[in-house]
Amino acid sequence: MAYSDKVIDHYENPRNVGAFEKGDESIGTGMVGAPACGDVMKLQIKVGADGRIEDARFKTYGCGSAIASSSLVTEWVKGKSLDEALTIKNTHIAQELALPPVKIHCSILAEDAIKAAVDDYRAKKPVTAKH
Amino acid sequence: MRLPIYLDYSATTPVDPRVAEKMIPYLTEFFGNAASRSHAFGWKAEAAVEEARAHVAALIGADPKEIVWTSGATEGNNLALKGAANFYKTKGRHIVTQKTEHKAVLDTVRELERQGFEATYLDVEPNGIVSLEKLKAAIRPDTILVSIMMVNNEIGVIQPVWEIAELCKKKGIIFHCDAVQGGGRVEIDMTKFKADLLTITAHKMYGPKGIGALYVRRKPRVRIEAQIHGGGHERGFRSGTLATHQIVGFGEAARLARAEMATENERVRALRDRLWKSIEDMEEVYVNGDLERRIPHNLNVSFNFVEGESLIMAVKDIAVSSGSACTSASLEPSYVLRALGRNDELAHSSIRITLGRFTTEEEVDYAAQLIRRKVEKLRELSPLWEMYKDGIDLNSVQWAAH
Repeated sequence: MAYSDKVIDHYENPRNVGAFEKGDESIGTGMVGAPACGDVMKLQIKVGADGRIEDARFKTYGCGSAIASSSLVTEWVKGKSLDEALTIKNTHIAQELALPPVKIHCSILAEDAIKAAVDDYRAKKPVTAKH
Repeated sequence: MRLPIYLDYSATTPVDPRVAEKMIPYLTEFFGNAASRSHAFGWKAEAAVEEARAHVAALIGADPKEIVWTSGATEGNNLALKGAANFYKTKGRHIVTQKTEHKAVLDTVRELERQGFEATYLDVEPNGIVSLEKLKAAIRPDTILVSIMMVNNEIGVIQPVWEIAELCKKKGIIFHCDAVQGGGRVEIDMTKFKADLLTITAHKMYGPKGIGALYVRRKPRVRIEAQIHGGGHERGFRSGTLATHQIVGFGEAARLARAEMATENERVRALRDRLWKSIEDMEEVYVNGDLERRIPHNLNVSFNFVEGESLIMAVKDIAVSSGSACTSASLEPSYVLRALGRNDELAHSSIRITLGRFTTEEEVDYAAQLIRRKVEKLRELSPLWEMYKDGIDLNSVQWAAH
């Protein structure tokens, strides 16, 4: 199977790999997928006082396309508000990485990971600070 | 050392240069049709075909008259199973095989089921070996055919086919053995091995692709129905003009295999053990299938918490295959590893490394270091590895399946 150059780039030089320190209130963590299906993505977002995503981290168990999709998403969410981050769709990810049809599920998983991370953050901070 | 390094000898082997050299004159100079009885071109081709038949027969301790040329292993398995089932169908309609057979056997048995036969697919033990007791228990009064492979293509384990052959002989059941991965690698002597039908192919023993052989026992005589009809070649078992150059190549490959098998197996075993020794101290590494009852060429390992396809991509300087079928549209892991009872994670995390005649120590060392480095890198990326390191039991996690 032939991977696009962008998939190979993200796979060989993944951006923002790792995890934030546990117990930090400003972190939202989303974990999606299942080992049985061959993909598990963990995406973390660090939200600043202004409500924008300052930083992101990921770890992914899965094929090259799954790793590339999550790596790309960590770059894209940075600087966005939570609502803006939620506008990132799997079609954007699939298009950017030129994923073949059998790998579309990787981009869907990455979109789900953003939603899960935002939900987790919002669940921790039920009251949104007004400025 | 040239990259990428070929470590997929169970998929196919390169044609040995000595074999290729023998084949070439039969394409250009001695191009006659072996069935042409009226001139020297035909006689020359026929003599070459019969010489090759003698070499292939000698490799497995058979009579040359027991060798039927086929286009390869898939045809050989089809001819054996469909041929025997259809010939003996008035005696009974039940077939016994196992879940870890190659698709060429499984899909053929499925087709026979569609034609009205009944089949039992035996489970294997966690080490990949089929249990003789379970096989015995599966045999019914109307069982006419048993098919068990000699060597599994994915995990390299050697099945107790010698004992199974004795059992079938006692019960008057036809026994077919797919010996594709065993031919040229395991000593086979049909004077002692009581199988009735045996499939082998050239391209797994440094011969060309597109040529194989089916052994059909003559004493006592085993009958099969032909599947390809035409000019009555191969005593009616398999019509079609013989591919002289391919057959000559198979013959030479078999001659070399017979002469060199013992020393080659020792050399390959030392390399395989060296490879395993240099990765076995890693954490959460598992050999799939019995390590003792196994051909020396095969190492199939699972690196827990690393996904197989990404590992294959990471080690692209070595040509190996993955037990994970994620490369296709399906997300199913290897059915062979699932049959061993491996969980999904381990089945998804496996790679098959198969060594052969041209593998060197330098290549094996390079492969081992590359695998170690890349597995470590991918584990740094793996949330499952992180959870494992944090002491979380992955089976206790509620995963959102997708």
